[in-house]
Amino acid sequence: MNGRPLLAASRITHLYGPTAGCLDVSLEVFPGEILALVGESGSGKTTVLKAISGQLRPSAGQVIYRDGQGRDLDIHGLPEGHRRLLLRTELGFVHQNPSDGLNMAVSAGANIADRLLSGGDRCYGRVRSKALGWLARVEIAQDRLDDRPGHYSGGMLQRLQIARNLVTAPRLVLLDEPTGGLDVSVQARLLDLIRGLAVSLNLAAILVTHDLAVARLLSQRLMVMKGGRVIESGLTDQVLDDPHEPYTQLLVSSTLDA
Amino acid sequence: MNEDKGRAAGLEPGGSISEILGRRGREDGEGAKAYNFAYLDEDTKREIRRALLKAVAIPGYQVPFAGREMPMPYGWGTGGIQVTSSIIGPGDVLKVIDQGSDDTTNAVSIRAFHQALTGVATTTVTGRASIIQTRHRIPETPLKEGQIMVYQVPLPEPMRPLEPSELETRTLHALMEYGTMYLRLYEDVAKHGEIAISYDYPAMVAGRYAMSPSPIPRFDNPKLDRSPALHLFGAGRERRVYAVPPHTSVRSLDFSDHPFAVQSWDQACAICGATDSYLDEIVVDDQGGRMFVCSDSDHCRQRPGRGPVEAGQGKT
Repeated sequence: MNGRPLLAASRITHLYGPTAGCLDVSLEVFPGEILALVGESGSGKTTVLKAISGQLRPSAGQVIYRDGQGRDLDIHGLPEGHRRLLLRTELGFVHQNPSDGLNMAVSAGANIADRLLSGGDRCYGRVRSKALGWLARVEIAQDRLDDRPGHYSGGMLQRLQIARNLVTAPRLVLLDEPTGGLDVSVQARLLDLIRGLAVSLNLAAILVTHDLAVARLLSQRLMVMKGGRVIESGLTDQVLDDPHEPYTQLLVSSTLDA
Repeated sequence: MNEDKGRAAGLEPGGSISEILGRRGREDGEGAKAYNFAYLDEDTKREIRRALLKAVAIPGYQVPFAGREMPMPYGWGTGGIQVTSSIIGPGDVLKVIDQGSDDTTNAVSIRAFHQALTGVATTTVTGRASIIQTRHRIPETPLKEGQIMVYQVPLPEPMRPLEPSELETRTLHALMEYGTMYLRLYEDVAKHGEIAISYDYPAMVAGRYAMSPSPIPRFDNPKLDRSPALHLFGAGRERRVYAVPPHTSVRSLDFSDHPFAVQSWDQACAICGATDSYLDEIVVDDQGGRMFVCSDSDHCRQRPGRGPVEAGQGKT
């Protein structure tokens, strides 16, 4: 068992003007583990996620990622080209709003092919068969391969986004409210899919959600954020069954019926 | 790159504004003399030449330049005309083609414009020209060392159809992230079973920059590869110039299982019988009659084995 974390963020602070996006957030993710970040809107969850993925340079703090070759990389110290390469090969990012994570101007197949083509695959047949394979894995009918994402339903869009990210076999996937805006039955299917893929691919993931039931279902560890700070963290079941902080207690008592 | 020659030939460059205005009123048929040699003032030409030198030094890279208002609308070749104006000297021989032809309205007008403002010799024969300004074609006659092709470019950015942000496309060029270009090809093969881009077919220049070759048919792309001539591209509205220097590799993008191929026809030119040239389809009556003829009018005229021209099909 390798005890080194896949990703370690230390003391990330980001300020939006006088107000704080996040303050002094440290976290570690280990291979094969799903970590949930929960908290109300505006508590800094997405800011943390963006800082971790290198899309936003935090005012202070460091993010160390251990890449496929076992090298420790300082995400924000890397040249831009290398950082972007990591983001489209070893990392995955599933946006809350699918149109942020998908290219709506090209077909679903092209969306899945995107990362492969960017990675230098120049064989159409191979790229297409991989796209088709991933469409099946996220439970979308194969005859929808050449449809534009605009013709997909909300749940299908999120599944397509997942396929687009997983096609390069990333080692760490960042999920920003993947079930936001979906109705309950579609949510359940999507959660089922994510859980199945995470287990079969031994994925590590950071899951941002305001929905405690989602966190309970998917994650092993949990961090509760409020006002930009992490106020409580621990094993998911432990925190949700025996919350210590008053805010966590409030959160649990107000929403938890799963 | 010949401003001194302009003076030597007695064409007055510049002069004070009042002098120019004073001369402009003359109606003695020498009205063009009221303008500087080749229309643009010397400072503008120098600035464009500097941009061109940078473009030649970095093959395929789009260099911004201070594009001027020209006495014609954008889309009529203002980029190409500014490039030609800034490099032309009195000793040059100019050829202007539009869709391969020397005789179309645009070609005739642009040639007349340059002739009136420079007095240079013009020709329709590819082999005799030192500068060839073109829209939509590269001549069939192989280009030689020392010749300069000037292209009129509407959209210089090959990734623009899929990436609207200029900031992002510049970043993609800088980091050589050309996956987006292949998305276009992927979409084509998925939709049509083949790469269906028939003109403005994107290519990699010197293995570094992706380039739009301007709307020439993909038939002409192979002519750019390791061409002995210098190719200059000018986009007036977008204010960009770029270049393919002589003997530079230009590789059209493709997939390993869908390789790049040029268009072909199952018939020969109806006028000259050429089977190796780019053919235009011309509708000749309202009964659905049509004929295929060379788009390069000079090539068609020069061909030794040119067959008899039938009545009503003459094209001179």
